[in-house]
Amino acid sequence: MTDLRPEEAAPADLQGGRAHEEGATPLPAGGGSRLSRRDLFRLGLAAGPVSLAAACGWNGGPHLEPRLRAFSRVNDWVGEKLFLSTSRLAPTYPASKRTPERDFPAYSLTHPMPVPPDPPGWALAVGGLVAKPQRLTLAMIQALPRLTYTVKHHCVEGWTAIGTWTGAPLSSVIALAQPTEAAQYIRFDTFDKGYANGWDLKSAMHPQTILAYAWNDRLLTPAHGAPLRVYSPVKLGYKLTKYLSAMTFTAERPGGYWEDQGYPWLGGV
Amino acid sequence: MSTSAADPPPAADRPESAGAGAETRQPAPGPGAEEAAAEQAAAPGLAPAASPTVAADRRPFRPLVYRHHWLVRLTHWANAVLLAGLIGSGLQIYRAFAHFGPRGRPFYPNPWDGRPFPQWASLGGWLAGGLNWHFALAWPFVATGAGYLLFLAFSGEWRSLLFRPRDVPRAIAMQLYYLRLRKDHPPQGKHNALQKAAYTSIVALGAISVASGFAIYKPAQLSWLTTLFGGYELARYWHFWAVFLFLAFTLVHVALVLLVDPASLRAIVTGWYRGRFPSHD
Repeated sequence: MTDLRPEEAAPADLQGGRAHEEGATPLPAGGGSRLSRRDLFRLGLAAGPVSLAAACGWNGGPHLEPRLRAFSRVNDWVGEKLFLSTSRLAPTYPASKRTPERDFPAYSLTHPMPVPPDPPGWALAVGGLVAKPQRLTLAMIQALPRLTYTVKHHCVEGWTAIGTWTGAPLSSVIALAQPTEAAQYIRFDTFDKGYANGWDLKSAMHPQTILAYAWNDRLLTPAHGAPLRVYSPVKLGYKLTKYLSAMTFTAERPGGYWEDQGYPWLGGV
Repeated sequence: MSTSAADPPPAADRPESAGAGAETRQPAPGPGAEEAAAEQAAAPGLAPAASPTVAADRRPFRPLVYRHHWLVRLTHWANAVLLAGLIGSGLQIYRAFAHFGPRGRPFYPNPWDGRPFPQWASLGGWLAGGLNWHFALAWPFVATGAGYLLFLAFSGEWRSLLFRPRDVPRAIAMQLYYLRLRKDHPPQGKHNALQKAAYTSIVALGAISVASGFAIYKPAQLSWLTTLFGGYELARYWHFWAVFLFLAFTLVHVALVLLVDPASLRAIVTGWYRGRFPSHD
């Protein structure tokens, strides 16, 4: 259920190519270009199913697909500027509403489980366009203000699960690093085979956006991103970077593992 | 909206223009007009012909009326295309998690639980493609619906479409006719009461689809709306069932057009109608 990988889909250009070929309706052979009304009627009858078949399972082809992605940027803008509020909090739930832990999905790119290169020496590198770059150990992050909430996790696939997350508000880390005027985005990097995400500062500053080190009252398990992950109830699951290694403030919008493949960049809920 | 066919017919060859959408072109009525008037309750006020000319023409008199404003025709066909794309991309999205309900509990009843729809019925190729199609088509769908409703509101056309309490007995009469428990076709305006019920509920269904769509698009930002639907999982459930109601409506809609009133096909393309139900209330 957690498999949102693209492998099962045929490559975009392959599908587009097929679609274009099928869309071309062959004209009857022979010198005469005159078509009787009946011929035209038959052509019309044939064109319907043919164009329908061409559209099936189609991603838009090499011409439309980039346009769809471009339009997705419009939705990113709408999602960030019009829908997202930094004062509106996502609903929280009592701990009794938690999804049973065995039913709470988790995935990683590395199998069986990503492990930091030097587990005892792990620290979060905070850099980029900041006045005060940081190197934060887990103990330092745990010493920051602490936030615990039980919220609903929304996966892009359509499932939900409720869990309790504990961590330091991302805004407190941002305050430590003091980003410069030029900083507009944050890139989260990981030790999970290069999995990464780009975030807008507005979502990062949302009061419920945290660097989480605990799930359901215990330290994060490797399946859920140990030792540190991003968590927020205002983003879809694929934006909640697990196995954090660095956060970098940038002026240009950073891509991300799923985002670069075509998933909506903002992923806001 | 003033009536045209229900009024006494104007002089021959003089097209009558009556407001936003009710023009009538009337040829000189033939001798069949009397029978038509008697038989066709749909055109109650037709005056008898002045002077019979050809005795053989016994076809009921059917005036050519301007039935659908260009905005209605445009939004109708835009809707057909957009809805097809939205349903296809929606079925693609459904493939990613073919269940409804929170994890860790029995899923909601669903004949397609765990059974994704075939790829040929899906648009987008994979989940991200389906999402991008869905979110790109959703805004034009909203705009089309809003444009259509604004037109209905300002033109007064809503009067011939909105199902109101007084339409209940008329709808029953119409249903009796369809069940052959009543012989004569009940009098009607532009649409009969059952049509009004159908066209009113399909607009409501569109509104529910849009609202439940927003509820699952931004369940945190629009949590009040999501709560209105009973939460994210139920909102997603309603959003899914709307698909089958749309498909059922379309099936019946197209079948009735072809079986009962094929002339309306011309009307929704060109705007002009010459058929069984020329009245325009």
